[in-house]
Order: sequence, then C-alpha cells, then structure tokens
Amino acid sequence: MKPIRAPYCFSGGIHPVYSKDLTRSAPIQTLPCPPQLVIALSQHLGAPAVAIVKAGDSVSGGQRLADPAGVISAPIHAPTSGKILRIEPAPTPLGRPVPAIILEPDGHDTWDSPLTPMPDWSRLDRKSLAGQVGAAGVVGMGGAGFPTQVKLSPPADKPIDTLIINGAECEPYLTGDHRLMLERAEALWQGAAIIRYILGAKTVHIAIEDNKPDAIQALESARTLEDAAVCILKTSYPQGSEKQQIYSVTGRVVRTGGLPMDVGCVVENVGTTLAVWDAVVNGRPLVSRTITVSGDAVAAPANFLALIGTPFAALVDACGGARGRIAKIISGGPMMGFAQASLDVAMSKTSSGLLLLSASRVPGFTSQPCIACGRCLDACPMGLMPAELSQCIEADDIDAAEHLFVMDCFECGSCAFVCPAHRPLVQHMRRAKAIILARRRAAIKK
Amino acid sequence: MKPQSSADLHIVSSSPHAHSGASVSRIMADVLIALVPAFAAACWFFGWDAIRLTAACVTACLASEWLCRKAMRRDNTLSDLSAVVTGVLLAFNLPPALPTWMAVAGSVVAIAIAKQTFGGLGYNPFNPALIGRAFLLISCTGPMTTWSASAWRGADALTTATPLGLVKEALKAGQPLPFTLTQDMTWNFFIGNMNGCIGEVSAAAILLGVAYLLFRRVITWHVPVAYLGTAVLYAVILRFTSANAMPVSFHLFTGGLMLGACFMATDMVTTPITRSGLLLFGVGCGLLTMVFRTVVNGAYPEGVSFAILIMNAFTPLINRATKRQPFGAKSP
Repeated sequence: MKPIRAPYCFSGGIHPVYSKDLTRSAPIQTLPCPPQLVIALSQHLGAPAVAIVKAGDSVSGGQRLADPAGVISAPIHAPTSGKILRIEPAPTPLGRPVPAIILEPDGHDTWDSPLTPMPDWSRLDRKSLAGQVGAAGVVGMGGAGFPTQVKLSPPADKPIDTLIINGAECEPYLTGDHRLMLERAEALWQGAAIIRYILGAKTVHIAIEDNKPDAIQALESARTLEDAAVCILKTSYPQGSEKQQIYSVTGRVVRTGGLPMDVGCVVENVGTTLAVWDAVVNGRPLVSRTITVSGDAVAAPANFLALIGTPFAALVDACGGARGRIAKIISGGPMMGFAQASLDVAMSKTSSGLLLLSASRVPGFTSQPCIACGRCLDACPMGLMPAELSQCIEADDIDAAEHLFVMDCFECGSCAFVCPAHRPLVQHMRRAKAIILARRRAAIKK
Repeated sequence: MKPQSSADLHIVSSSPHAHSGASVSRIMADVLIALVPAFAAACWFFGWDAIRLTAACVTACLASEWLCRKAMRRDNTLSDLSAVVTGVLLAFNLPPALPTWMAVAGSVVAIAIAKQTFGGLGYNPFNPALIGRAFLLISCTGPMTTWSASAWRGADALTTATPLGLVKEALKAGQPLPFTLTQDMTWNFFIGNMNGCIGEVSAAAILLGVAYLLFRRVITWHVPVAYLGTAVLYAVILRFTSANAMPVSFHLFTGGLMLGACFMATDMVTTPITRSGLLLFGVGCGLLTMVFRTVVNGAYPEGVSFAILIMNAFTPLINRATKRQPFGAKSP
C-alpha cells in the first residue's frame, strides 16, 4: 500500500514551536560507556523489579540484574560488563528516589546474554516470542513504560486486527524516533512484522506526522511487508497519544476507561518496536536507547544511543557541555517531560530526551484567575473542560472533578499551554487524579 | 552528591514547560485596539465630549481598581488592562452630554461593586461596564436619556433624540412612525451619523473592530452571529406581521445592538465557556433585546444592556446545561 493520509484527526490539539531543527539532521551517535551506570529498579509502569545481584558481584553485559515482580513488571539487565558497587536509593527522572544498582563498567564489554536469538521467529509460536520480549525487559519507550509483553498478550476475547507503530513524535525538540525511522527503516518494518505476528493482527500502519517527509519517504522505500502502509498524520500535538492516534488512523474511538485492544488496536512506539526486533532477532535485552539532548543551553545538541543508567551529566558532557546558564533541566519533552533539580540523575528505559533550557525559554509566570476564555476547551484532545476542572480542584471539590472526567486527562499539557491566565491546569489535574486514585485504593483495601 | 550553590539551582515545575505566550493583558490590549475605530468615530461625531468621557471613565476605573486592591490587600491588577477596557466600554455607553461626575460615579460602581466585591477579574458574574451603565440609567435617568443637539456634530435631522427613542415614543403614544427609513438614512445610521451613546453610533467602526478580534482569535463568531442573527430574524418576522415595524437595518444599526453584540456580550468572564453555550447566550440576548425594544413599554427605548445583564445571570446555568462529553465517553 502506498502511504495514506490519516482519514481522521482528533479534535483539539495545539501547535507549539517544535525546535526540532536543532537535532533533526544529527545522526544517532553511540555514546561511549560512562564511568558509572545508575540502573534504577523501577523504570517501568508497575511493580519495581527485584535485584538478584549484590554489591561486589561481577556481571557481564546482558546478564539479568533484577527479576520482574508480578505480571505488570519487567526485568532489568546489565548494559555492559563490570562490577556492582552497591544497591542504594538514587534519584530518578520522575522525581522519586528508587533503589538502583550502581554498576562500574570494566571497559571490556564482555557480553553474555541469557536470551537465544530467534531469527527464524516466523516459525515459532506467538507465546514464546512474547515471552522473549518480556524476558528482554522491553517496555513502552515512548514515555509510559508499560511492559510490552503484557500489551502483546491480549486476552482471547479481544482480537487485534490493526497494529500502529507510533512515529508521530509530537513532542517539541525530540528527534530520536525521527532519526531511528531514517536510519533503521528496515529493522523497524521487521520489528513491526514480528509484533504483528505475535498479535495475529492483519494490518500495520506506521503513523508519522507530515512534518517528517524524509522519514515517510525512507519508510516507504524500505517497505516490503504486505498489508502495511505509512500513515501520514496532520502535524498537531498530541498526535502521539495512543487514543488520539488510533482515532486519526482508524476512526475508532477508545471508550472512557477502555484500552486500545477494546477496538482491536495495539500501538507501539518506534523505539519499542526496534527493541522488540533486537530482542527477538538478536537475543539482545533492552539495555540502551536513543535520547535527544537538546535545548538552547546545550553547546552542541545531538542524538545519542546511550546505555540505560547513563547519568544526564555524561550526556551533557558529550554535547560539549552547557552553553550559558541553565535555568531548567527537563527529562523528556517540554510538554510532558519532568523538570529535574540537577543533572545528577540517570536515564532510564523511558528517557526520550534531555533538554537544557536557558532563562529566556523559561519565563516565570504568576497564575491568574480563570477568565473563561474557553481556549483550554478548544485545545483539550480529550474533550474535557479544564477551566471548570481546575476551579473545582482549586476549591477542593474532587468529587465534582471526577464527574467532569478528570481521570480521562492524560496530562498532555495542551490546556496549560494555551491558557492566557497561566493557570497550572495540569498540576491541578494531577493532584485530583492522585487523590481519586488514593481513594480508590483505600476503598479496595476495605 | 556535591553541595550546590544557589547559582546551580534549577527551576523545577510541573509540565508543560512550554507556553503559547498568550496572556490576559494581551487579550485586553487586543480588545482596546479593536475599540480604536469606534473611538475615532466617537471623536468625529461628538468631539471633545468623547475624549472627556473616555478619559474620565478610564481614570476612574483605574483609580477604583487600585484602591480596591489596596484596601483588600491583594496584588495590584492594573497591568492586566481589564480596568481600562471596562472604562472605555462604559464611556462608549454614555450619552455625549453626560456630566463628568456621573461618568466617574458609574465607573466606581462598575469596578468597586460589580467587579472587585466579587474578587476581581474572573470572578464577576455581571459585565462591570454594563452594571455601571445600568446604575446610571436607573439613578440618573434624565441625563442618561437626554440627547442635546449641541453635543452632536453630525449633520441632518434627528438632533434631540436617538432614532430608536423617537420610534419608541411614537409607538408608545400610538402615533404613526416618525419617519420612513430612506437609503440615505440607513447609510448615515451605518456609519454612525446620528445621536446616541458615544461609542455605539458607528456600526461600521464596531464591525471593523470585531473583525480584528476575530482575526486575532480573541473572540469566536458564536456570540455576535447568534445575537445579531436572532435580532435580525426577530425583526424580519416583525416586519411581516406588524404594520408599524421598522426595517431590519434600522434595528441592526441603531441603538446599542452592534456594540453590545460585538463587545459587551463577548466579554469572556461573564459569558458561557462552551461554544454551544455561547450560541445559546447570543440567542437569548437577541430575543431579550428585541422584546425590550418592541414589546415592553418601559421607560427606556433600549434593551441591550439589560438583555446582556439578564443573560449574564444565566451563564452558570448555561455552562451546566452545555457540559461537554469527553472523547470516548460512553454514549447515554
């Protein structure tokens, strides 16, 4: 199939300044191994992994360091060979310190992966392939970190017919997925084929925003699969959001509280798809990822292939250091990323970007009362009423917020981006969601 | 971790870390820019009085805002420019010969009572400028409905009354209509060559301003279109059913309808937040305005201010009634 234009587009959305030119044409460089890796035991959604090594152990690259704890969890592997110095709480990009394995690489990078390569995957059964993906510690690399094995094992009553590979990369600054689509187009299609096989799906779409014509071109020329097509999305934030993208590509609507599999879809990020390919074809666990280091306070913005656990400071050094004074450090993109207090934090499986911004890009604002302009209603891709929600939450009326569907908010930040009163809308939503989740947990315990 | 000096500290805040650059003061500045043509028309037709009233209202509004915030020990909000907008809009709703002290009194009521007692911008249920006008209309009915010929520099007939006032008086007295609308008259009404409140006379200037607001996406089309559309529809039906009805263009271009529909009923704070709610709001304003003009035999020829104020009161209800269902909500 020739590239197709997405037949639909979600309503709402915004057009931020993308600033992707900084790294759009920067090929992915392999970052040399840093002197120390800080490998957090919780890099995914779900229960933290349980360490199976102890301080003083010598490990080889690819060796399993931690076992998954339960179904919604993922194992963690050694990115290179070396010695375990200690296991201690360390700061993570999400803010909360979690136990982490401190690994001192020995510089030999001796590799001993517990996984068997499966280049003849099409003759194997789906379950063992999904098991291989799980054993490789693959999680959603777009940001959420949901264990991929779980996504690839839908229940029998939820048949999947469409696989969407998410190459929208709608966050400003980030170009890692863009570079992967340009540089590893063939492996990406193969990864898509593997996932389609595991799911028993019929159609594959690689969804790309129309601001990446070269990626569309590259994937189109590398395409050999049947019943597969590049799907061109209108450039609009947040096209990369799962529910919005499913609607844009297929016109199917995931109901409130529902999952993509309810409408026969699975969405996998570009990086995740390549990690699946690596795990299945090469027997290589997920121990590295691409990360964009960008922003106006970086001397030479770049895209790196870096080992999981690489400290942010090492990434900045590889870019020639900071340029001028850094006002804000962001792990991820500017819309949904997490501000960091320092560079003394290590990247995880979900770190798609590291941004250093100068004060000129970080204007300080005082929040004002809502003037009911309604711009947040126009921007919200979930059709919520952020203005009303934030006023309820400000008044501590969490029940009202629940009735206004606050749990459907996925914190894309479009509302706060357009708000002329600079109201901390996303922060309000987060607070309400946290309170509601805590209440629900307490109710279950009772 | 090495100890950090304050120079190493970074800003940590909730996402998003990017902003469109929109601000309340920019929105207010856009409204002021959009009011420039109407102000120019006011100066042209009413001369010094237009400047006198506008300056008095803006100064009094700013002073009241500053004093109220000071008295309430709240932060100074002069820079959001909303007090300036209120001042200009109130002035535009005043007759040219109104004494300065009355304009000042109206401004104080608008800011101190209609706005700051509720907590300031964003919390006021009613349009402050319209409350100021309504206050003056009720307490100074004479000066607010007197149109002296000397204050008006335009040419032609109709000097001591507004066209709308003349028609209303005639209808109330059961007399035939005072004049038939000629093409020439319609043109004069459109450009604003008639007596009336200083900022409301020129439909042409107001439409120019509203085009700017729409272009800048400060307002959406919903309220002006629904408001004017309803009024036009009402006038058309009236024209077909009553012998004594004025033409549609007369209703459209005279009185405060154009200023109200474009600048007063589009105030964000006091109007609904949903698009469907805005349509409903506009329709309500249009209906009430025409009912006040043609059905109610009250003291005032005009009903725009009261129509909008009444609809302001319905805003929370309309918001509730037009609540949106989120993307993927289970269909009822």
